[in-house]
Amino acid sequence: MLSLALALIASPAFAATIEITIDKLVFSPANIQAKVGDTIEWTNKDVIAHTATVKGGWDVMIPAKSKGNVTLKAAGTADYFCRFHPNMKGHVEVAP
Amino acid sequence: MFMRSTAALAALFFVSTAPLALAAEKPTDPQIAHIAYTAGTLDIEAAKLAIEKSKNKEVVDFAKGMERDHEAVNKQALDLVKKLKVTPEDNDTSKALTKAAKEEDAKLAKLKGAAFDKAYIENEVAYHKQVNGALETLLIPSASNAELKDLLETGLKIFRGHQQHAEHVAGMLK
Repeated sequence: MLSLALALIASPAFAATIEITIDKLVFSPANIQAKVGDTIEWTNKDVIAHTATVKGGWDVMIPAKSKGNVTLKAAGTADYFCRFHPNMKGHVEVAP
Repeated sequence: MFMRSTAALAALFFVSTAPLALAAEKPTDPQIAHIAYTAGTLDIEAAKLAIEKSKNKEVVDFAKGMERDHEAVNKQALDLVKKLKVTPEDNDTSKALTKAAKEEDAKLAKLKGAAFDKAYIENEVAYHKQVNGALETLLIPSASNAELKDLLETGLKIFRGHQQHAEHVAGMLK
């Protein structure tokens, strides 16, 4: 019972925020590993807007000199790209 | 197919008789700023025409991207010249670019539908290719101010992305 209670209390704390930087049209790091519940936060250093978009999935706007984030809800792998600059690509592996 | 901007840039940057021959005469920072700003403005004008005329979603989305990115970069350029107290200086390259763009716009204005889309996108591919070539071989190496050089380098990365995007859309139109 105690361990269950601890797990319930502790589990939100395990949710991490994973930082990705966008500089000169490059996602860095381009490949990340995460868990369900984690948040990915993109920091856009460019003077132009970007997105982090998964076909049929999330679509995050990341304005110029600003940030955008998404909380991962499902396990699996996702390839994402910028809708405005389709040659910008990133990859996320989400563990359950 | 004859391309406005391509032809003008080719004449200016790659032919030895051009006013801005590569090794002979390096453009100054005020001239470089003017050329870069002009090249951006002309692409914004072409994008506005495409947004107005095209009914193809890919083409319109691409054009909106050109408008958004070039406006953002040009705003940076304006902020920088203000900060550096540099007055952009009109020059033969800027004039030739503007003249060629007017001719191309007149041609595009007469086209409709798929013919317009194809001509616009093909010109965007060629235009970005040539501007990127000019940035890489002439404008960036000639820039003496470090911040101007940095902005041009950032611009080059963005415009290479545009070129790839344009090539992708051109491939879809075939």
